Amino acid sequence: MYFLRRLAWMLPLLLVISMLAFALVRVAPGGPFDKERKPASPEIERNLKAKYHLDEPLWRQYLRYLAAVAQGDFGPSLKYRNHSVTDIIAQGLPVSLALGWMAFCFAMGVGIPLGFYTAVRKGEFGDYAGSLAAVLAVCVPGLVVGPLLIVLLAIQWRWFPVGLWEGPWHVVLPTMTLGLYFAGRVARLMREGMQSTLHAEFITSARAKGLGDTQVLLRHAFRIAVLPVVSYSGPMLADLLTGSFVVENLFQIPGIGVFMVNSSLSRDYTMVVGLVLLYAALLLVLNLLVDVAYSVLDRRVVYE
Amino acid sequence: MSEAPSRHLSPNQRAWRRFLRNRPAIACLVLLAAALALLLAWPHLSRHAPDAVTDAQFAAPNAAHWLGTDVHGRDLLSRVFHGARVSLLVGVVGAVVSLVIGVTWGAVAGYLGGRWDSVMMRVVDVLYSLPSIVFVIVLLTTINGLLDKLQDKNLAAGDARAAQFICLFAGLGAVSWLTMARIVRGQVLTLRTRPFVDASRALGASHGRILLRHILPNIAGIIIVYLTLLVPAIILYESFLSYLGLGIQPPQASLGSLIAEGAGQINPVRIYWWLIAFPGAVLVGLLLALNFVGDGLRDAFDPRARA
Repeated sequence: MYFLRRLAWMLPLLLVISMLAFALVRVAPGGPFDKERKPASPEIERNLKAKYHLDEPLWRQYLRYLAAVAQGDFGPSLKYRNHSVTDIIAQGLPVSLALGWMAFCFAMGVGIPLGFYTAVRKGEFGDYAGSLAAVLAVCVPGLVVGPLLIVLLAIQWRWFPVGLWEGPWHVVLPTMTLGLYFAGRVARLMREGMQSTLHAEFITSARAKGLGDTQVLLRHAFRIAVLPVVSYSGPMLADLLTGSFVVENLFQIPGIGVFMVNSSLSRDYTMVVGLVLLYAALLLVLNLLVDVAYSVLDRRVVYE
Repeated sequence: MSEAPSRHLSPNQRAWRRFLRNRPAIACLVLLAAALALLLAWPHLSRHAPDAVTDAQFAAPNAAHWLGTDVHGRDLLSRVFHGARVSLLVGVVGAVVSLVIGVTWGAVAGYLGGRWDSVMMRVVDVLYSLPSIVFVIVLLTTINGLLDKLQDKNLAAGDARAAQFICLFAGLGAVSWLTMARIVRGQVLTLRTRPFVDASRALGASHGRILLRHILPNIAGIIIVYLTLLVPAIILYESFLSYLGLGIQPPQASLGSLIAEGAGQINPVRIYWWLIAFPGAVLVGLLLALNFVGDGLRDAFDPRARA
């Protein structure tokens, strides 16, 4: 019931977000046709504006846009006018999804074991080394790791290709660059979750029942300790799946992260609103899924 | 060396004592102070100005230029130190801007409660689901556009540079206040029903006075903690903006713009590794130290950490 209500709330929320995004890009000075045919003759610009209904009052443009979106048409890109927004997203999204998903798996695969290990070995050398590695991962931005990986592993030692998106070997460096920060975040969340869980009473009672360390840690503690990671994975996935400008730019990967930035810079109104809606919808759905997963993992949580 | 619980210490005082016992955090704090002193003193110590152009293009690290030189033959060491100063300045001021916005928004929402609270928090929710980069780009270009208009009405070059910094502070602060607002609102919500708040209300204190004198001091610890953790986050965000060419504009430099310049020089023929490695290392070192201090403060101030 609760989840159905959340699902129903999504539509009005997306409506508000679309309105906000629509208003936001138009507040900025300049327009989508500024950089074309300089000096653009006023007639050409007027005609272009008329063609895309940019000369109408804002509220009417918005209603027109909504009506089109309701039929699944997100309009033509105002920068690449031979392509519709749907086309461009359909081309780039699979790449960004694939890369983002792999970076997610990398972050989880590295972060969860690392956080688990450092929490269990608290106060020992392994804890210090592992925790330092986790903080380091959070502090080294992609725009430092990426170039260094390219210079060392791709140019100097030629283990991996420098860029592009073709075979399995092309995936490794971008995935690491993108996932490293999130791996560090996950490790830290996991460590904190594990630490606070190990103090809980149900762990003491599990030990009192005579269960072994492995049983207690993996079956009893882990399930609750992983919850902070679970709730972080919603926003994390939304960020990862919609592409990253830095990684896509460094490795020349044809995803949609580059479009997110470039369309805002070039005032490609329809493209920006389309991408914002995509991101918001993804985030809302993922957060809902996270809450479902939460209540499955921790039965004490009941949503009214 | 034992704790003296018999003394009357406020929770904040006890938290400070806990923090002072955290060796790595204190070490990082000392390190940061030393780095700051070095950064401030460097322009007086160095033989190379950060924007002095020489003929030695792309010189590898050597005796004259310890960290090498860049495309215009500028001394990288001086540029990195200059960039670190700018990055720190941006981080601190940006964090303060978002602190002011976040604390005001969160405190008012939590204090008013009820319908106002839910409306204000829905606004935060909506802003959360907007990709921050779109927001920042629009904001920065809008303010830049306004500044350009002002500039036509004869503005001195120095003022224009200051205006650009202010614009960047505002932009960074405007996208990073959401988490702060949520945290403060949650804290205020629990504090406002406490007896001491009722008492001062019964004494006829105004809402503003209750908020400023009674509620905010009680959450000062948590605000400081998240302020400290916000500084590295904003430095990171600024470096990303500089990579897009939206952050600090040349000839000014931040660590982010230096790294972006270095990344632009990657090619298979010659590797100018120092252009990325050194600014990158300084950036990572700064962020690491700030994070350690922030973590130490959080462990000391966060009540849950007392287990």
